[in-house]
Amino acid sequence: MKKLINDPAEVVADALTGMAAVHPDMLTIHRNPDFIRRRNSPVAGKVALVSGGGSGHEPMHGGFVGIGMLDAACPGAVFTSPSANQIQAAAAAVATEAGVLFIVKNYTGDRLNFTMAAEWLADDGIPCEVVLVDDDVAVENSTHTAGRRGTGATVLVEKIAGAAAEQGRSLLAVAQLARRVNAGARSMGLALTSSTVPHVGSPNFVIGDAEVELGVGIHGEPGRRRIPHAPVKELVALLSEAVIGDLPFVAGDRVIAFTNGLGGTPLIELYIAAGELAACCAAHGLTVARSLAGSYITALEMAGCTITLLRVDDEMLELWDAPVTTAALRW
Amino acid sequence: MLLSHSDTIRWIQRYRDLIADNVDELNKLDAAIGDGDFGASMQRGLNAVVAVLGPGEPDSIGKLLHTVGTTLVSAMGGTSGPLVGTVFTKMARVVGDVDAVEASALVVAFRAAADGVGVLGGAERGDKTMLDSLLPAVEAMEAVVGGDHTLQTVLHSAAEAARTGAERTIELHARKGRASYVGSGGVGCIDPGATGMRYMFAALHDVVGEGIHYSEGTQ
Repeated sequence: MKKLINDPAEVVADALTGMAAVHPDMLTIHRNPDFIRRRNSPVAGKVALVSGGGSGHEPMHGGFVGIGMLDAACPGAVFTSPSANQIQAAAAAVATEAGVLFIVKNYTGDRLNFTMAAEWLADDGIPCEVVLVDDDVAVENSTHTAGRRGTGATVLVEKIAGAAAEQGRSLLAVAQLARRVNAGARSMGLALTSSTVPHVGSPNFVIGDAEVELGVGIHGEPGRRRIPHAPVKELVALLSEAVIGDLPFVAGDRVIAFTNGLGGTPLIELYIAAGELAACCAAHGLTVARSLAGSYITALEMAGCTITLLRVDDEMLELWDAPVTTAALRW
Repeated sequence: MLLSHSDTIRWIQRYRDLIADNVDELNKLDAAIGDGDFGASMQRGLNAVVAVLGPGEPDSIGKLLHTVGTTLVSAMGGTSGPLVGTVFTKMARVVGDVDAVEASALVVAFRAAADGVGVLGGAERGDKTMLDSLLPAVEAMEAVVGGDHTLQTVLHSAAEAARTGAERTIELHARKGRASYVGSGGVGCIDPGATGMRYMFAALHDVVGEGIHYSEGTQ
């Protein structure tokens, strides 16, 4: 597979060098251990938001570092959790007396490394809260699995909690809000193609030209089932039925509707999917209060999308609308 | 008899060697239910640990165990690094800044390690994880510690219980970790994490329990 890389072993390092070159006004890049921090952080009196995870999901999380969102992001190797030591170093670099909030997608490796880093921070007297994001309805939450995965809701949690932290709210208040956002969000995705981890060199899984993987994970983990390819109207209807039925969202709910590209799907197709999602919401009596469409949580070059709905109240909407200046999200 | 500072270092070195001797087996066990790198990760982690330990360095058993734990976390990474590392960081807190540990304190430290792994990983006995050898070993030690039992017999019971516990994971259906995503839940496969703990207790028994004179001259 052709990739715009120099050396598979240097993909993350080279990308960080590039981020430093493109966004010197917003970001500072630290190497060994690797983390991306908000320029001029720590911000006095503000709860520091730190996230991270495997690389390959860009712009998440480094693209969300900046005013109104994250203070630091830790990139692991592609599709591999950052280490606890790396997370601790990033948190220590941006921490204030107001404390540190970790926003963690619910994958075993991420959860363990962030939890461990949180314990170490607490040992050093830095107050720390961990919020898990687990919005993917494709994985049933049972005692037989590690639980639901974190996907699209991560962006919504980071934006809304980031705005709350920027207002100077307390660690506990920001953590509770972040948990409330996660609790009101549900997502599901589909893949049209697989993706190739640079240092592996071959696709994670194989999917036929006429097939769609329904409920795919953002690392190419298997989903609920494989179905014949169909018009996007039918595919988005399948995703939104699963998402709406799970919370469940009910007529009269106001939502943020987020259509996310997985890396290999052009914006023109995402707009079509977003339009179908809006239609599905309308058919269920949901009011789309705000929308977001674009590739924010990717799986390298995978074609496909995830859809996320978040039930919002006035407070969440006000925080969603608050100014944000990051590499990937700004208004 | 007490576990001394130099015993602790020899324990970790012996653990490193046992993992190196069995790295292919551990990788194979992991390949059946995970991504096949557990042996290599353990080997990488323990090599990094041995590289930072020296005679009298760090200068207490608590600090030494803490260094072992944090080095494993960073050098192994992923999921197994924090879980295996926690065994040592939790022990370190219990043991504290001492240069020798009694059997009873060692058992309390291993209990803290098992509890810490359970809390961090959210797993319980029978979930087909490292706890399925770690917990039986702790319970076996708790059953015999005190009375007339020596450190040697306490560690012998731990090594035996850990071995049996690891072997019995073949019957278990995984409920945590990557093996839980495998259709069969890994039934019919021995858990690599439990096997890794088995070697940890075997190493301690080798070094202290039987008084084996482990060569300190290895790299």
